[in-house]
Amino acid sequence: MAGSTDGGGLLARLLPSRSRGNLQDQIYGLILLVFGLSLPVLFLFIVLRIGSESQLAIEAFGWGFITSQEWNPVLREFGALPFIFGTVVSSFLALVIAVPLSVGLAIFLTELAPRWLAGPIAFATELLAAIPSVVYGLWGIFVMVPWLRFTIQEPLSRRFGDTIPFLEGPAYGFSMMSGAVILSIMIIPFISAVTREVLDAVPREQREASLALGATRWEMTWQVALPYAMPGIIGGAILGLGRALGETMAITMVIGNRPDIAASLFAPGYTMASVLANEFTEATGALYLSALMEIALILFGITIIVNIMAQFLVWRVAKQGGR
Amino acid sequence: MASSTPTAERQVTGGGISTRRKLVNQVMLTLTGVASVLVLIPLLLIFYYLLAAGAGSINLDFFTQLPAPVGEPGGGMANAIVGTLSLVLLAGAIGIPIAVGAGVFLAEAGRSPLGNFVRFIADVMNGIPSIVTGIFVWAWIVVWMGRFSLLAGSIALAVMLIPMVTRTTEEMVRLVPRELREGGVALGFTRWRTTLGIVLPAAKSGILTGILVALARIAGETAPLLFTAFGNPFWEWRLNEPISALPLLIYQYAISPYDEWHRLAWAASLVLIGMVLAISLMARFIIKNPYRDR
Repeated sequence: MAGSTDGGGLLARLLPSRSRGNLQDQIYGLILLVFGLSLPVLFLFIVLRIGSESQLAIEAFGWGFITSQEWNPVLREFGALPFIFGTVVSSFLALVIAVPLSVGLAIFLTELAPRWLAGPIAFATELLAAIPSVVYGLWGIFVMVPWLRFTIQEPLSRRFGDTIPFLEGPAYGFSMMSGAVILSIMIIPFISAVTREVLDAVPREQREASLALGATRWEMTWQVALPYAMPGIIGGAILGLGRALGETMAITMVIGNRPDIAASLFAPGYTMASVLANEFTEATGALYLSALMEIALILFGITIIVNIMAQFLVWRVAKQGGR
Repeated sequence: MASSTPTAERQVTGGGISTRRKLVNQVMLTLTGVASVLVLIPLLLIFYYLLAAGAGSINLDFFTQLPAPVGEPGGGMANAIVGTLSLVLLAGAIGIPIAVGAGVFLAEAGRSPLGNFVRFIADVMNGIPSIVTGIFVWAWIVVWMGRFSLLAGSIALAVMLIPMVTRTTEEMVRLVPRELREGGVALGFTRWRTTLGIVLPAAKSGILTGILVALARIAGETAPLLFTAFGNPFWEWRLNEPISALPLLIYQYAISPYDEWHRLAWAASLVLIGMVLAISLMARFIIKNPYRDR
């Protein structure tokens, strides 16, 4: 705490307008300032560059771009709705799978597992985060998708396909479901790491008070630790959502890449990141390219809003902890 | 609720936890264990398949030969391995100086409005999807140069690396005890000499860890390279020519229809993960920050 107030004073001395310190330090401060400002400048440059490249599509289609389902480059019809749908649905489904598992894992590690077991498991989940996206995709194509298709999708579709629209239709394997599952595996390490951190931050006294009142271990976790850590867990989940929204290679390789809006989880889908990966190098004509740029702009906007939300929540928890 | 024992007496002897509560406790805690096992299964499966499907195709040729055309046996991925290394090293050469400078700036700027703003931007940049970074660099460098190139690929990876290393550098510099810094100032050092001569050396190992973690992460990236480095079936050393990279080859081979290429994709994945883990483990075990572990 003391360090941070001191930091504010340091900056004042860094700025050349305040003529404190000697010339060398002023130059040093100026150089640091240039380094520091390079990030906002780069950020602004990214926004402007992608924004100006999308101009053509924005002028041609207006708001219709995000409400139209037609994606036909040959006829020069460009509507982004199927991709927005695919990105949002696959990411939310991934969260639905990943959050309970991550929280369960975090509770197991913080409340239950002995040290000799918790260490290796935590290390293993870190390994999960180190696997490159394209390797997840490779494994998805040859191992996960066939397994999901024949063990999960086909029996479910045969049994419930006629009555439940989410489970209807032929089991393609390469589908929304496969995309969501691979995303969930990829974001679990992030959500569980944040959850563990906030569970560890729950004061010992709170736990002990709860146990002393006669709560079981689970009641203590459920009624005391989890509510205390909840804002942080939500922040972690939103952070995971941000990753899932922008994830490209793995989901492109398993989601099937068909620009349709289907109710069934077994039908192929398409995401914004996937259409960029697949079609960007083949885009012929200025309008096609500009439409893809606008998709990049939308994806950029959505992930940034989600990340700001997550940061705000995590920042609030950090502030609470400081008091 | 056993009828033979009066309720009051049970409470006095302390047997107050009902069977239902005990059961809920047992079931829920078991479920957390089940969740942990479920999370670990994909990890084990991925490593099992990598070894089972990939290890057989790794031999000396893999590290020394160019990729063979479809149908021809043999061949290797030497150019892709070298390509990945050059991309990562060049990205580091471009990104690390900027990131370390920005990190020191953040540590010195502290909680001032400008410091908060730059920190916020760094965190937001950390969340930019890698494919968007690739498209940005395409629209900037590739369009400007008129071609895909090693330079464009490295810049794309550097754009990803900068916010990561900026934040870890800041944290590591902040961990350096105040007394050390004050000691420098008390000896009459100027601010820049205190930072360069005392603070940065003290934070060195931590900063290096952050750099290694970031390098490990960008080494496995595919999406930013699709429209920048592009890939190349031959040897290439020049900055302004397209270059091959392991992740790009894995992607290309994985979605191809040839069994032989699928085998090579597994082998390349094994090598790529080996590289990534080697860098990560280096960061984890060899380098220890004296101020980090309290």
